[in-house]
Amino acid sequence: MTLLSVRDLTKHFPIKRGIFGQVSGQVRAVDGVSFDVAAGETLALVGESGCGKSTTGRAVLRLIEPTSGSVQFDGNDVLSLGAGDLRRLRRKMQIVFQDPFSSLNPRMSIGAIVREGLTIHGLAEGAAADARVNQLLEEVGLRPEYASRSPHEFSGGQRQRVGIARALSVEPTFIVCDEPVSALDVSVQAQVVNLLQDLQRDRGLAYLFIAHDLSVVEHIANRVAVMYLGHIVELAAVDDLYGTPIMPYTQALLSAVPAPDPGVKRERILLAGDVPSPANPPSGCVFHPRCQHPARDAACATIVPPLEEKAPGHWAACIKQPPTTVSWEAQKEAGGTNPPDFFLPRAALHRSVDATTAH
Amino acid sequence: MGAASIGHRSDSSVRGRLVSDGRVRLALGVLGCVALVAIFAPMLAPYDPRLQLDISHLQSQPPSFAHPLGTDTFSRDVLSRLMYGTRVSLTVALVAVFLSATFGTMLGAIAGYVGGAVDAIVMRVVDAAFSIPAILLLIVVIALWGNLSVVTLTLLLAGVGWFTISRLVRAETLAIRDADYVVAARALGASGWRVLTRHVLPNAIGSAVVSATLSVGNIILLEAGLSYLGIGVRPPTPSWGNIIEEGSTRLSDVWWLTLFPGLAILVTVFACNALGEALRDALDPRQLLPAHDDAPIRMNG
Repeated sequence: MTLLSVRDLTKHFPIKRGIFGQVSGQVRAVDGVSFDVAAGETLALVGESGCGKSTTGRAVLRLIEPTSGSVQFDGNDVLSLGAGDLRRLRRKMQIVFQDPFSSLNPRMSIGAIVREGLTIHGLAEGAAADARVNQLLEEVGLRPEYASRSPHEFSGGQRQRVGIARALSVEPTFIVCDEPVSALDVSVQAQVVNLLQDLQRDRGLAYLFIAHDLSVVEHIANRVAVMYLGHIVELAAVDDLYGTPIMPYTQALLSAVPAPDPGVKRERILLAGDVPSPANPPSGCVFHPRCQHPARDAACATIVPPLEEKAPGHWAACIKQPPTTVSWEAQKEAGGTNPPDFFLPRAALHRSVDATTAH
Repeated sequence: MGAASIGHRSDSSVRGRLVSDGRVRLALGVLGCVALVAIFAPMLAPYDPRLQLDISHLQSQPPSFAHPLGTDTFSRDVLSRLMYGTRVSLTVALVAVFLSATFGTMLGAIAGYVGGAVDAIVMRVVDAAFSIPAILLLIVVIALWGNLSVVTLTLLLAGVGWFTISRLVRAETLAIRDADYVVAARALGASGWRVLTRHVLPNAIGSAVVSATLSVGNIILLEAGLSYLGIGVRPPTPSWGNIIEEGSTRLSDVWWLTLFPGLAILVTVFACNALGEALRDALDPRQLLPAHDDAPIRMNG
């Protein structure tokens, strides 16, 4: 059952210049993103820093007002809700932040932090609320006695647990996890990821799991969406994506995942240049200036590749990876010289060997 | 530690660190004495501060047993005048600071949190106000208005004091507004008012409190300066500033008239500043040490 349905979500930030704040341009942080999240599912959103994944997560929750698009959550049109209705709906959709140090109010005890949601939505009062806070702290692996302590007395991993307890307090069905483990030590990362998985199993939670660590994503996600410059360029079940990455950008990303065995010599796909500025994205396919696909040609610079289903449940945006709805004739008309030809470099496949042996 | 303590923040570490700070003890001691003198001036003062005791024989007497701080050119007892002056100077300063800090904090927090046009308007007003020296502004207003009551003077001093605090609180609010814990509160469904009062203000207020404490000294100086210029608190009502003014023309022979109120100002302003600095240190949550060193925090299981 589809819990969250996002269509053509766009967030442009105006660039203001001068003392009167004239708008001189737009940063296209999120540019027409569409995806669904089913109840109880984990959809991972991966990409480099600045590709718009956090902005997407916050725009879905309307913590940032999107420029356009639609967000349907559990039968509600999130973007058209009034302030009061939106506040009531927030019970069902929560967020866990990346930085465990800035995500807890330093002037509140962790008990008060976990309790706030109960108060806001009138879920429990007095002794019942105290009991509920204790129960939530226990559920995330903290001792209830810590309720009266301040956030600064805790480590990063413990603070992240408090943040998770806060999100759980209002009994959501969907949580945006905005890089919840990337600020933590590797040993603590595993604990927090396991906690998130346990909670998902026990409560049937759906996650939008924003991350840039592909190993963590492989462990926790059911499906993965790869973002590049505000666009989703590939979306597939985790095994399909790690096994047969179609979009050349995904191939490059996967080839960059460090091998767990230091003896294995890895081939890497090295991308040329830097990520272009989202204030001035490339024409056509946003990835074309850095693309390593051998069939790349002038058509890539003019045709915006649609996100199309290349294999059942496997969506990718590339006009050079067959099958494509953008015909070879249309590509030739746009200046194309190389017909679509399936390309899957060995370097990107390395991961699939690991994945098949692991499963 | 039980269920009852959930949700109540323990201040013990902030308070504990304030109490153990030597500066705080000294400053509070000094300010406490000054406040006691102000409150109990009618009981403590040996004479009526306005009474001219004996204009022909007791004029400009140096300190003695009968008049520990001497008498002034009108034969009034300087100690009594200083005590009553403490009342006036301290009340004016405290009330002015309270008013300006409250107003400035509110305006700064709203400007910073709401942003947009509200922010732009408030901050342009503050910029404009900053471009005029407070003392000059006060002199012009007083010149236009003529004789001022103590109440009007207090309001005027409050009127020139709020910009600094509102700008400070606005800057803090801007930084806090986008902090993850504020976003988290919004995500939980907290109303704008709740976010402002529970999350933004408690974290922005520290600098306002420090600034207000520091500005008590400034306002005392400002009031003394105006009174010294003869346009603040009008004689015969004594204030620290106008007692000094009376003595200023005869600094070489009637020195006790300027020295003692001058010392009172010095000590009080110094104590206010020391207290302000100690507060700044104590309110910084990053400087808080774990409160229970004997009970290290452990995970469950």
